[in-house]
Amino acid sequence: MQLIITLLVACLFSLSVKAELVIEITRGVENPIKIAVVPFRIKSAGAFEIDVARLIESNLERSGQFMRVDRDSMLSLPGPDDQIYHRDWRAINSEYVVVGSIEKKPDGLLVRFGLHDIFGERVLFAERIPGTAVSLRDIGHYISDRIYEALTGLKGIFSTRLLYVSAERRSEKEQTFKLIMSDADGGRPRTIFQSSEPILSPSWSPDGSRVAYMSFRGKRSGIYVQTLASGEVQQVTNFNGLNSAPAFSPDGRKLVMTLSKDGNPELYIANLRTGELDRMTKHFSIDTEASWSPDGQSILFTSGRGGKPQLYMMNVAQKTVKRVTFDGDYNSNGSFTPDGESIVFVHRSNKQFHIAKMNLKTRRLQILTETDLDESPSVAPNGTMLIYATSDEEKGLLGLVSMDGRVRVRLPSVSESVREPAWSPFFN
Amino acid sequence: MNVLKQAKLAGLAATLAVLVGCAGQVNEEQAVAVESKTATTEQKTEAAKPSKVESAAEKAAREARQAEFEASRKSVRTAEQLKNKALAADTLFFFGYDKSDLSKKALDHLDAHANYLSSDRTAKVRLEGHADERGTRAYNLALGERRANAVARYLVIQGVNRSQIETVSYGEERPLSLARNDSGWSRNRRVELIYQ
Repeated sequence: MQLIITLLVACLFSLSVKAELVIEITRGVENPIKIAVVPFRIKSAGAFEIDVARLIESNLERSGQFMRVDRDSMLSLPGPDDQIYHRDWRAINSEYVVVGSIEKKPDGLLVRFGLHDIFGERVLFAERIPGTAVSLRDIGHYISDRIYEALTGLKGIFSTRLLYVSAERRSEKEQTFKLIMSDADGGRPRTIFQSSEPILSPSWSPDGSRVAYMSFRGKRSGIYVQTLASGEVQQVTNFNGLNSAPAFSPDGRKLVMTLSKDGNPELYIANLRTGELDRMTKHFSIDTEASWSPDGQSILFTSGRGGKPQLYMMNVAQKTVKRVTFDGDYNSNGSFTPDGESIVFVHRSNKQFHIAKMNLKTRRLQILTETDLDESPSVAPNGTMLIYATSDEEKGLLGLVSMDGRVRVRLPSVSESVREPAWSPFFN
Repeated sequence: MNVLKQAKLAGLAATLAVLVGCAGQVNEEQAVAVESKTATTEQKTEAAKPSKVESAAEKAAREARQAEFEASRKSVRTAEQLKNKALAADTLFFFGYDKSDLSKKALDHLDAHANYLSSDRTAKVRLEGHADERGTRAYNLALGERRANAVARYLVIQGVNRSQIETVSYGEERPLSLARNDSGWSRNRRVELIYQ
């Protein structure tokens, strides 16, 4: 077995790209929390590249649960040490106010920030963190997470990352594919792998340190695992035929994947340390797109064994299979929500492909998206929303939808066609 | 005198031998020429074997060389014909939605490719399977591979060695048509046959 060939693509690692995603909110909840994020006071000469207050309000709005209070309507712009006049903020319907400052210090920056509850007339938190100008964006995401957690009780996802694939097409044979990693808001896109051959199925390791994907070397497909910090690439398989759809097990030690080395697309589980392969399915139809349950005991996969693509669940230890979806004639690319209680997948109804969610106990199916050709759903680690790929007439774009289907956000890319999003786990 | 007589006789015998040999050779060449009009490559290889007709060893070798040259020239001609036929045949084969079975028309054209590939074992072909954009990408990758394998299987049944065929699936990643309608999609559900 030619497993574990190590290659370095350090030169490709962290090339910055311009395909930045721009957020565009198409729908929100009926009663979002109204929050005023006061521009951060700059306590030294010189401007910073990003407006931290803008970053925070965009982050919060994108969750669909918040609505920003316009800067122009603010009667005062207090800093962290200033008195907050609750009546002034009540007058413009602000339920919460965020204040902050950035100060240059000999060894970097000092960022102070606080959250005020206007109707409760109290300070929810006031903190200070040291940082550098380079990490101002990280600090903005961190503050967003703190606010989100304080006001919703749920862990924020603003410091997480996205992986997606961009494709630039010049002709059928001439295309450039890039695997891009960005912040959760689409900011700071970086190309981590580039090829003239397709890149598919990017998938995060559970600790967020590595990514697995399918690509080609020459005309041969292979499964690769790339370590993000070093850019080191490990070729896991390049058997004859198909090597595709890798997904890490919850303990990070195994990859489930689709190989057709034995003549037909079947599921295999590879032990990443020993290289050992365990064949999971044996059926003449297509078996692919496997993903793990959070407890690691089951895999959900797409199979054509019933005549049409449907989702099936397999007990990994016993290799017993049961069919999961029965509504409609096309259900595929399924994955679990972080609590393991529901699955999300691509569902065709009225000849259109939408993202759907199904509770595994109640079996209730809910369609979450309205556009056509929606695919590749990937749930955020806090389980509140998912990212998916869709398209307009010309190119692929990414969308966010809340798990109740009520909030939808489009992330159209500026130039390139994008697809195959994968939401990272929490990094802390 | 006796010596001279003997020498004359020997000379006559040598002349006769040459004449007999020549006659034999002419017959052989004619036989090969006649055969070649209807023969297949394998039959010609048979004919190229050294003649059983009595002759000097070097003559037999020359005959063999000549026949071999004739046969190879004719075999090249036939392979070239098969190759030309294959090059004139379709190299794009289309499929129904979520289907991987070959049409009757596809089979006719694939026969031309199979005949050439069986006649020239050094010829190699790559089969690229594709799908339309509907449905999920990894599933479509598997679908493209099923299509490429369906073509590969047919070629093997027709006598092509599996080692002459390489298959790869690009799923929906390399569409021919960007049109988002039935006619665009039907052009994208295909296998492309490419000589290496």
